[in-house]
Amino acid sequence: MVAFSMRKVPNREATEISHVLLCNVTQRVSFWFVVTDPSKNHTLPAVEVQSAIRMNKNRINNAFFLNDQTLEFLKIPSTLAPPMDPSVPIWIIIFGVIFCIIIVAIALLILSGIWQRRRKNKEPSEVDDAEDKCENMITIENGIPSDPLDMKGGHINDAFMTEDERLTPL
Amino acid sequence: MEKARPLWANSLQFVFACISYAVGLGNVWRFPYLCQMYGGGSFLVPYIIMLIVEGMPLLYLELAVGQRMRQGSIGAWRTISPYLSGVGVASVVVSFFLSMYYNVINAWAFWYLFHSFQDPLPWSVCPLNGNHTGYDEECEKASSTQYFWYRKTLNISPSLQENGGVQWEPALCLLLAWLVVYLCILRGTESTGKVVYFTASLPYCVLIIYLIRGLTLHGATNGLMYMFTPKGSSALSLLAFQIEQLANPKAWINAATQIFFSLGLGFGSLIAFASYNEPSNNCQKHAIIVSLINSFTSIFASIVTFSIYGFKATFNYENCLKKVSLLLTNTFDLEDGFLTASNLEQVKGYLASAYPSKYSEMFPQIKNCSLESELDTAVQGTGLAFIVYTEAIKNMEVSQLWSVLYFFMLLMLGIGSMLGNTAAILTPLTDSKIISSHLPKEAISGLVCLVNCAIGMVFTMEAGNYWFDIFNDYAATLSLLLIVLVETIAVCYVYGLRRFESDLKAMTGRAVSWYWKVMWAGVSPLLIVSLFVFYLSDYILTGTLKYQAWDASQGQLVTKDYPAYALAVIGLLVASSTMCIPLAALGTFVQRRLKRGDADPVA
Repeated sequence: MVAFSMRKVPNREATEISHVLLCNVTQRVSFWFVVTDPSKNHTLPAVEVQSAIRMNKNRINNAFFLNDQTLEFLKIPSTLAPPMDPSVPIWIIIFGVIFCIIIVAIALLILSGIWQRRRKNKEPSEVDDAEDKCENMITIENGIPSDPLDMKGGHINDAFMTEDERLTPL
Repeated sequence: MEKARPLWANSLQFVFACISYAVGLGNVWRFPYLCQMYGGGSFLVPYIIMLIVEGMPLLYLELAVGQRMRQGSIGAWRTISPYLSGVGVASVVVSFFLSMYYNVINAWAFWYLFHSFQDPLPWSVCPLNGNHTGYDEECEKASSTQYFWYRKTLNISPSLQENGGVQWEPALCLLLAWLVVYLCILRGTESTGKVVYFTASLPYCVLIIYLIRGLTLHGATNGLMYMFTPKGSSALSLLAFQIEQLANPKAWINAATQIFFSLGLGFGSLIAFASYNEPSNNCQKHAIIVSLINSFTSIFASIVTFSIYGFKATFNYENCLKKVSLLLTNTFDLEDGFLTASNLEQVKGYLASAYPSKYSEMFPQIKNCSLESELDTAVQGTGLAFIVYTEAIKNMEVSQLWSVLYFFMLLMLGIGSMLGNTAAILTPLTDSKIISSHLPKEAISGLVCLVNCAIGMVFTMEAGNYWFDIFNDYAATLSLLLIVLVETIAVCYVYGLRRFESDLKAMTGRAVSWYWKVMWAGVSPLLIVSLFVFYLSDYILTGTLKYQAWDASQGQLVTKDYPAYALAVIGLLVASSTMCIPLAALGTFVQRRLKRGDADPVA
């Protein structure tokens, strides 16, 4: 267990069980231990071992089916398990999805509005063409070729006075 | 040829739009509070009376004006009398202020909604402190839901003066909220008409689900009973208490105020909605339907709220009892299960006399568990929605589902009201020939949303919630009373009640009953004047205005005075909308004098 914890620390991946030396073993399950450097030159400082054990306390407890109240490492205060911290907060993912959907919907609506307006602008000219075709057809279909009255535009009948002349200027 | 005015596809869309606008967050978080404050059942009496006397007539008046004039608020009031176009301008200004700060609530609802997809819910556990030996200090002093609201959501500063910077998380949510609103109003009534089907009906679905869930929760009956018998009154004195409340003038004033603001009168939104109606639409029937549904929703929502209150209070009370029992059992080596809720007091008394020294040693750790004090947390506003409700939700089974449903409902309510607000601003803008000839409808809506979003970033700063409270309390209250008063007087006396009545008869084909005429001409203006006088005197008598600031070191709210510049902003808010009325009248008067001056020399 202690060797496993030390292996999790960077730089100490090579710790083997043989590097952990036990001493002062008693009847009650309690003992002192030190961890030696792989080259067996010296023992590792307590602080390093303490931080390594603290990181993996959870797994050590679970391996023995114990908890912080029943398995104690002296000088390692028990800490609470930090909450699981995903690399990308979940809310940003959901935010991103909804944001993209809304942007796409807005773009679609705006584009369809522009397209509709363009179609409406084209329509009056199309309607005019249709009227022309109708008139031409009628004049041809008629057995009697009649001079088609100029429907488009219209002539100004000079018999009537124009608006401006009717009112005497001031 | 003039382009035909866009219309609602059917009258159901119009009714839904009005309902979705009127039924807003106030029904959920203000009415239950008032109910609790003024005696529960007995508050309903002044509420219903005010609804019939004040709510329905004023609502009918606004809808009728909009339907008759077929223009937004500025154009409608200008048609009634050119000197009164200021009323329309004031409505637009107030709607502008409202939409600036109201969408921030939607942003917060989005924030909570996105955070509801986690297990466990982030507001149910406190985060750990620096060296992981315990929970965060602020969170310990307050509760985890308060911590999540004040620290994680708002990151609130200790006072108004300390501004802090713009927080990017709420800013993003605000941006999203405005994009959603823009999507709904983009095409005018065409898009709004379809959206209101959802924003009007979905909240009711969620409320019904919550009602069923709420009533079946353990302890819900405690809350419901508390609604009718507040503050430790027994059943015998219940009747006396309720009759006493009827004589309390504050109850009547609050009922009148609640009806007034809940229906959203005076903002110009109702006029805007009604202007898209067919002239022959029966707006009298619709006015009655909308106001009845609005009040019914308030009562319905308060039943749900009180059953949730009861559940939360009972849960906390039982937890407290368990902790005390555990403490006593451990200290005095009592038999496991010996202590129950019923014999706790007895045993405590016995232990105090039998082992006085030991008892007095651990006495400071014993908390006094009281169901009353748990229920007594009468909260309104954002506190109710985001703190109290979330605390109740985190204790339910499958809390993620309930949380998602609840915040979705808040969103629907909020967006429904926003549609009305933006309609009040956009309709006069699109009606004006100058603006609509240069810019298409989509661009005008986009500009309005952009400006509002940019200014709304103020509310995402660290001190943003304090500015939000300023806007919430002062931007609309006095101005609206004045606007609606001038509206009623304008229609009855300036335009002429008889002329208006004959207009309506010609338009809809139905005569206006005497009841409406009496209300419009006499009762409602008197009521509004009395409300106005009451509020003015209240503000003047209170002296300096104060606000609630969050103190992180104590983990609770403290009262502070507003600094001078905040008071100046408040004055500016009220003045900028109310001054529109006399200024516009003056402007029209001067304009006419100048025109008459020009015309004179020729003759």
